[in-house]
Amino acid sequence: MKAFTAILKRDLRVAMHRKVEVLSGLFFYLVVATLFPLAIGSDLDILRRIAPGILWVGALLSSMLTLGRLFEADWQDGSLEQLVLTPHNLSLLVFAKIISHWTLCGLPLVILAPVLGLMFDLPIEFVLVLMGTLLIGTPILSCLGAIASALTLGLRGGGVLISLLVLPLFVPVLVFGSGAVESLAAGLGSQAYFSILMAMLMPAVFFSPWACATALRVAFE
Amino acid sequence: MELSGVERNKVGCQWDNGHSKNETDKKMMGFFFKYAPPQAFYRLSGKLIPWFSGAGVLLTVAGLWVGLGMAPTDAQQGQGYRIIFLHVPASWMSMIIFMAMAFWSFLGLTFKTRLSGMMTAALAPTGAIFAFLSLWTGAMWGKPMWGAWWVWDARLTSELILLFLYLGYIALTSAIDNPIRRDKAGAILALVGSINVPIIYFSVTWWNTLHQGASISMTKAPSMAHLMLLGMLLMALAFWMYSIAVALYRVRTLILERESATKWVQSLAEVVD
Repeated sequence: MKAFTAILKRDLRVAMHRKVEVLSGLFFYLVVATLFPLAIGSDLDILRRIAPGILWVGALLSSMLTLGRLFEADWQDGSLEQLVLTPHNLSLLVFAKIISHWTLCGLPLVILAPVLGLMFDLPIEFVLVLMGTLLIGTPILSCLGAIASALTLGLRGGGVLISLLVLPLFVPVLVFGSGAVESLAAGLGSQAYFSILMAMLMPAVFFSPWACATALRVAFE
Repeated sequence: MELSGVERNKVGCQWDNGHSKNETDKKMMGFFFKYAPPQAFYRLSGKLIPWFSGAGVLLTVAGLWVGLGMAPTDAQQGQGYRIIFLHVPASWMSMIIFMAMAFWSFLGLTFKTRLSGMMTAALAPTGAIFAFLSLWTGAMWGKPMWGAWWVWDARLTSELILLFLYLGYIALTSAIDNPIRRDKAGAILALVGSINVPIIYFSVTWWNTLHQGASISMTKAPSMAHLMLLGMLLMALAFWMYSIAVALYRVRTLILERESATKWVQSLAEVVD
């Protein structure tokens, strides 16, 4: 447990030294969301309809782009190998890294989303639901993405490869995440979507550190 | 790899590497592991391939004969429905092959059998081809029936994502040079994907459904003429045989490639020539 908190603290502290890297994912989200009205036109009725989808796809892409940071830098300077060699439970250590990734790359998206939602003229209650789905959904993205990031560690063309592996796996999160707002707009309520997202979060949190740890061990064999 | 190549050929996996649990376990699993060493499997598959390919050809001819020649014209869809004899078996195979890959991956990760990784790798291209074929024939069926080449329907979409999963697997395994890491990384991806396939399927079903209901269901009597069913089952069997034959053929090539440094490969008649 001590090692767990140590890794968490260390990752956050390292990130604070490279603030631009953390902010770049957020900035990317903002830019992607800005591109859509420019491409589609400024009709607020259309924008309001497609906003949940756009904001979710943006979050998906942004958290995918930041996955490289999860293990790559530690791998290059050798500290990841030391982590694999420690007697501590590797799954737990990996879990700490996933949590730090989410705190740095997922949570800011959740906080930025309402601002973007207002740019698309979403009503306040829709914005809150969108935030809620992102709050539950982005950790799933971090969990699944961590597996792909561990699998592609140090491979040529790693970045493109990650997106090939990870985007198909993100589909259910996208469907239910953006579906919640659609369903609310149709007057059906969004509670079922939250339950399903939670039901996806639980196994993701449970299995992904283990799968990541296996993948990392394989990478260092 | 090369250091102990010959040595390792005596045992197919770490499981019977000396520290195994007890004798009864060994006997029960004995049959299973008899062909786990690539050397033994290479010989076995060499004998099996002609049988599977022969059966595949015969079944394809029979299936097409029944499907295109004998089966009655559909009352609503006319002759156009006949693409079902390719479309449905191809969809089935694309899903079954992914499950088979997950199965081999599980074996590979738990028992560390060397053959499993090669089996998974050998199955992936066939699965991808069937997923593509299923989408392609689906589009050709959809145009006359629904008036559109592509609709964003649950099953079409999940089949498309299945194709992406196959391509992701192939991309990942071809990016890794070290064969051990390639097998294991591929196995992890195949397992994660296999957990996701049903979730993806249900999520897109929830999301949108236009596709006609399943043609064959286990719980109620099939809603189609017996001859149509027969043609479809024959074609499905033919695809099974084809997949097995092609996968075995590919596995043999992979075995030769991986074990090229060993004596048994170098003394093979086909390699010596």
